[in-house]
Amino acid sequence: MEKWDDNKAWFLVLPVFLVVAFSAIIPLMTVVNYSVQDIMAPGQGIFVGPEWYREVLHDPRLHEAFLRQLIYSFTVLAIEIPLGIAVALTLPSKGWKVSACLVLLALPLLIPWNVVGTIWVVFSRPDIGLAGVTINELLGIPYNYTADPMDSWLTVVIMDIWHWTPLVVLLCYAGLQAIPEAYYQAAKIDGASRWAVFRFIQLPKMRGVLMIAVLLRFMDSFMIYTEPFVLTGGGPGNSTTFLSQFLTKMAIGQFDLGPAAAFSLIYFLVILLLSYIFYTVITNLGKGVAK
Amino acid sequence: MARIVLDDLAHSYRPHPAGPDDYALKRIDTVWEDGGAYALLGPSGCGKTTLLNIISGLLIPSQGRVLYDETDVTRLPPEKRNIAQVFQFPVLYDTMTVRENLSFPLRNRGVSPSDTATRVMEVAQALDLVAVLDAKASGLSADAKQKISLGRGLVRSDVAAILFDEPLTVIDPHLKWQLRRKLKEIHDRFKLTLIYVTHDQVEAMTFADQVVVMYDGEIVQIGTPQDLFENPEHTFVGYFIGSPGMNLLPVTMDGEAALTGSSRIPLTPALAGKARAAAAAGAKLELGIRPMYLGLEDAGVDYGVAARINLVEDQGDCRIVTVSMGDVTVKARVPEGRAIPSQEARAVFPPEWTRIFADGRLLK
Ligand SMILES: Nc1ncnc2c1ncn2[C@@H]1O[C@H](COP(=O)(O)OP(=O)(O)OP(=O)(O)O)[C@@H](O)[C@H]1O
Ligand SMILES: [Mg+2]
Repeated sequence: MEKWDDNKAWFLVLPVFLVVAFSAIIPLMTVVNYSVQDIMAPGQGIFVGPEWYREVLHDPRLHEAFLRQLIYSFTVLAIEIPLGIAVALTLPSKGWKVSACLVLLALPLLIPWNVVGTIWVVFSRPDIGLAGVTINELLGIPYNYTADPMDSWLTVVIMDIWHWTPLVVLLCYAGLQAIPEAYYQAAKIDGASRWAVFRFIQLPKMRGVLMIAVLLRFMDSFMIYTEPFVLTGGGPGNSTTFLSQFLTKMAIGQFDLGPAAAFSLIYFLVILLLSYIFYTVITNLGKGVAK
Repeated sequence: MARIVLDDLAHSYRPHPAGPDDYALKRIDTVWEDGGAYALLGPSGCGKTTLLNIISGLLIPSQGRVLYDETDVTRLPPEKRNIAQVFQFPVLYDTMTVRENLSFPLRNRGVSPSDTATRVMEVAQALDLVAVLDAKASGLSADAKQKISLGRGLVRSDVAAILFDEPLTVIDPHLKWQLRRKLKEIHDRFKLTLIYVTHDQVEAMTFADQVVVMYDGEIVQIGTPQDLFENPEHTFVGYFIGSPGMNLLPVTMDGEAALTGSSRIPLTPALAGKARAAAAAGAKLELGIRPMYLGLEDAGVDYGVAARINLVEDQGDCRIVTVSMGDVTVKARVPEGRAIPSQEARAVFPPEWTRIFADGRLLK
């Protein structure tokens, strides 16, 4: 086949290019611009090169926030994914109960995030909250999420599980529903145990949706902001200050625009990198097992 | 291995079946002899899969019993019965190798590793899977995948029967032929009971000693391929078996003859008597004749029915002639070398090959 000298077809890509430019590249470049300058006043910036990057990377408060963030994201993933799978496995597969269960499950996903935070404030308050009072009075365990770092951390984790496990359940449920009946029939004929059915049929067939669930939950939890902001405000101390809250404090609280911009870029790259690693690991998971 | 008895079975997928139309299986009462090779033949939706699933235990029938020899297994789940079943589309355990796939049914039943290895090797050899034994099953072609499914069915040596539900649908024609022969060989060697569902009559005829024809939730005839061809007991069998199928003409009775439109077809007095009785009882009558037995004579003869030749198709060793008699058309199969009248002709129905069906069933 001859090639066209006149590659007009490229113009067809132009709209996408423009959209991406305005939605992603130009804002990102502004951040890049800030991250290498010291801004004294609007329009008055001095080029400082990698200075802010160096400062941010050596900031011990950032190290702490980063570690806290990693522990948080992995805790949340380690609970939400298995729990989501377990719940999806127990859901009914046909009849009116399906719709009922799905609607109930989807409810937490429909609540605006700041409202989720507010609900949990009211729910957990040790003086009037249903959970707070129950734990303190009925179980006799001292609990105060505004004062005790461990309590507040646990509260944020449980809130996240309440809020987001339904997403994992819905994804897994969709994956399970897509498995043809013949697989279960063959497994019965082959005398497979319940565990073998899960291990050799359901889990492999859910790999695609699980990957989506892990990536979504990882990225979202890694960027969590609103709910802990409303619930604990990052405290007590810094015990629930995660990366995005740290960033906001830096950019808006202290007006350190340069370091904040440098940090934004690092944050962005870290998420990109970790997501890429997850993706690669999960897509290769199935291939290596039998070898 | 065992003899499988289906005792007065019926099955409906509805919780509260009202009439016979709610039943996927209407009434099945039959015996599958130990070591037989059966083909279960029937149109789509007639209940073949339902019947297999009841035999294997995937379904519990609404009514009736399933016996393996003398044991009532009606309510036992598949893993407690000794039965293997292969499905229409390949079912594989994706994360396992071919070897692990084939060993799976044995491993689940606690067969020793050495026995498992021997059996897997035998089956792999029979199905030409030795070269790919250690490959991941998910990466193989559709043919190979279905062979693995077949293999999982064949690997257990102790089963009462192996049920195949149209297992070769996804396989290319040449390999299909080979695999069918392979199954036949395995059957002859191990004397297994095989029940093979298909809706391809050629497949059924070449595979089975006994063909079981189902229609609309019922078994309408069981017989050797030749039986089915020569003595169809149901219009469906006549029409479905043979190419082209039996000519079926709606008729009414007039004395000793059957009337279709203005054509009079003489019957033997005995048959005519039964047909009149059936018609009197309100049955719908159909006259059936195989195309190979329908004679075509010159318009001059004084017997037969006036007919007109519409179309002659040459099929090599014979010609298929489409003939119209008034407003009905029939087909005749004329061997090579016999002359065919050019336009006007007489269609001759030899009484010994002319059958009458009342409400679909043969009058005997
Ligand atoms: N799970 C089910 N629920 C309700 N009805 C069913 C179910 N499975 C089958 N049927 C109905 O029962 C009847 C018999 O179906 P079955 O699958 O046994 O037919 P089949 O002979 O195997 O057809 P095919 O050649 O298409 O595989 C059909 O009318 C079908 O619609
Ligand atoms: Mg079927």
